[in-house]
Amino acid sequence: MGKVLMKGNEAIAEAAIRAGCLNYFAYPITPQSEVAEYLSKRLPEVGGVFLQGESEVAVSYMIFGAAACGARVFTTSSSPGISLMSEGISYITAAQCPAVFVNIMRGGPGLGGILPSQADYFQSVKGGGHGDYRLLVLAPASVQEAVEMVMAAFPLAEKYRNPVMILGDGLIGQMMEPVEFPDHLKSPPSNKDDWATSGMDTRRSAQRNLVKTLYLVPEELNAHNLKLKAKYERMQQEDVRCENYNLQDDYQALIVSYGTMSRVCRTVIDNFKERGVEVGMVRPQTLFPFPRKAVYQAATKASCRAVVSVEMSMGQLVEDVELSVRGARMVHWYGKCGGEVPTPEEVMEVIAKLIAS
Amino acid sequence: MGKAFHRPEALADGVTHYCPGCTHGVAHRLVAEVIDELGIRGRTVGIAPVGCAVLAYNYFTFDFQEAAHGRAPAMATGIKRVRPDLIVFTYQGDGDLASIGMSEIIHAANRGEKFTTIFINNAVYGMTGGQMAPTTMPEQRTTTSPFGRKTVQTGMPIKVAELIAALETPAYIAREALVKPKYINKAKKAIHKAFGYQVANTCFSLVELISTCPTNWGMTPTDALEWAEEKMLPYYPLGELKTPEAGRSAAKGRNPDAA
Repeated sequence: MGKVLMKGNEAIAEAAIRAGCLNYFAYPITPQSEVAEYLSKRLPEVGGVFLQGESEVAVSYMIFGAAACGARVFTTSSSPGISLMSEGISYITAAQCPAVFVNIMRGGPGLGGILPSQADYFQSVKGGGHGDYRLLVLAPASVQEAVEMVMAAFPLAEKYRNPVMILGDGLIGQMMEPVEFPDHLKSPPSNKDDWATSGMDTRRSAQRNLVKTLYLVPEELNAHNLKLKAKYERMQQEDVRCENYNLQDDYQALIVSYGTMSRVCRTVIDNFKERGVEVGMVRPQTLFPFPRKAVYQAATKASCRAVVSVEMSMGQLVEDVELSVRGARMVHWYGKCGGEVPTPEEVMEVIAKLIAS
Repeated sequence: MGKAFHRPEALADGVTHYCPGCTHGVAHRLVAEVIDELGIRGRTVGIAPVGCAVLAYNYFTFDFQEAAHGRAPAMATGIKRVRPDLIVFTYQGDGDLASIGMSEIIHAANRGEKFTTIFINNAVYGMTGGQMAPTTMPEQRTTTSPFGRKTVQTGMPIKVAELIAALETPAYIAREALVKPKYINKAKKAIHKAFGYQVANTCFSLVELISTCPTNWGMTPTDALEWAEEKMLPYYPLGELKTPEAGRSAAKGRNPDAA
C-alpha cells in the first residue's frame, strides 16, 4: 500500500487496526473525537468492538476489564479526559495489564482550551494517578511517526505488561500528512495464558487466574512495587528512543524538544545554519524512559555553551533535561502554552541571546 | 444414598474473613451453587468490588478480577464486549454500587450489557467501618449519621432495583433477601434465573439481596436478621421487578408478608 493523505486522528485509528487491535472504548472530547468517529464506522467492517462509554472513568475500566481477560485494547482521549482515566490507569499498571492510551493534548489546566499543547508532560511521565507507577510514553512528531508509534505500542505494552501512552499535541491529531502503514509493524498477539482471566476452559487450565491490585501485607506490597520498578528500569535499558539533529558540527547551543515543537526547532536550526551558526537538537521519542544519556552527551560537548528546553508547556520537559545534564551546563527554558505554538523567529531570538551572553 | 450436602466446586474450601453472622457467606454459596448447576465454572469471570467483598475471589475457584470502587460494571462491560462467550458477574455492595458506582451500573444496565450483578444491600458501608450508605434506612444510626439518618438532609434510601427496572431496556431485575431460609430459597431461584438469562445471551440481570451487617449495626446476628426483616423488607419489597418477557409492568414486587 502506498502513501495516503490522512488526518492524524484518523491515521492513529487506522494504525491500531493495522497493528492488530480491534477493540476500542472511548468517550468523545476535542481535539481527538475523529478517532472515535472513524472507528465507529471502521471497526464493525473488520469484526471489531467499538463502544462509546458513559465517561472517561468508565472507559478506563472497560479497557482494564478487556485487557485483563487478554484482549488487545486501546482508547484515545485528550487532557481533561486523561485526568479522569488516570484512576483506571493506576489500577491497570498495578495489575500489570497491557493497554494503549493515546492523549492528543489540549491546553490546561481545567477546561483550558482546545488548541495544541504539551502541558500534560508531568501527568504522562511522572504519574497522574496515585501510587508508584510509570507509563512508557511515546511522543510522535509527525502523522507518520504517530502511525508507527501506535503500531509499536501494542507489542511494547505486552512486552512489559504495562500501559503505553502515545502523547501527541493537538496538531498531531488535527493536521493532514501523507502516511503509509508499514506491514512489518503488525505484531501477533502474545500468549497471556499465565495471567489473563480468559476463562479456565479457554486456557485448558485447572488453575484459575486472578487480576488484582490489593496487597494488604506491607512486605507483599513492597515486593510488588519492586517488581514494577524493575520493569521501569528495564525500559530504561532497552527502550529509550531519541532522534539527533545537527549534532555532527560544533554547535554552540543544544535544543531539547519533542512533538510538533521539535519540528519548529528544526526550522530554527536550519535558519541558524544558513547564517553560519550551529545549533543542535536531541528530540526524545520516548519521554519515559527519558534519553538521559543522549541529552547529557550532547549537552557536554565542548562547543556547547547553553542548553534550552523548548516546549509548549510552562517548564515541564526542562526538569528532565536538567536531571539529564546534571549541572554540567546551564539549562534554560522557553515555551508557550494555551494553543500558541512558538514561531521559529521567537525561538531564534531566545537562542541568539543565549549564545551571545 | 447420595451425599445430601456438599461444598460446591465453584466455592473454595477455607475460612472467610467475614464477621460472624454476616450474610456474604450465604450469597457466595448461592452464586457458587448456581455456577455449578449451570456448568459454567470454566468460562466464568467474577469481578470483586471495593468493600467487604473485595477479597471474594479468595472464596471462589474460577477466574476473578478485582475492581476499583464502583467500577465493576465498566470492567464487566469491557470483558463481555471483547469476550461474549465468557460468563461475567459483578458482586457489589451498596456503597460500591449505589453511591460511587451509580453511573457505571445505570449505563451498563441501560446498554443491556449481558452480565449479571449480585447487589448486596445491607444498608451500611461495611469495610470502611459502618458509615451511612445511600441505602441506609431513615433514622438508622451509622458512624456518619450518629443521630440517625435525617432524610431532610440526605434524602430517602435509594431503591436500586426499582431504579434500574425503570430503564426501558429489557432486563431481569429482582430483589430477594438472605434473612430467613424461606427467603434464601427464593434468592437462589432469582440468582439462577439471572445467570440463566446471561447464558442464553438474553439481557442484563441484577439481583438485589437484602443482607445484614451485625457488626456495624451493633446487633447480635439473630437480632440483625430480625431487624432486616422488620425494618428493611417493608421498604424494599421482594420479588421480580422486571423480566425480559413481561417487562416491568407485569412483574411487581410481592409483599414481604406473602413471601
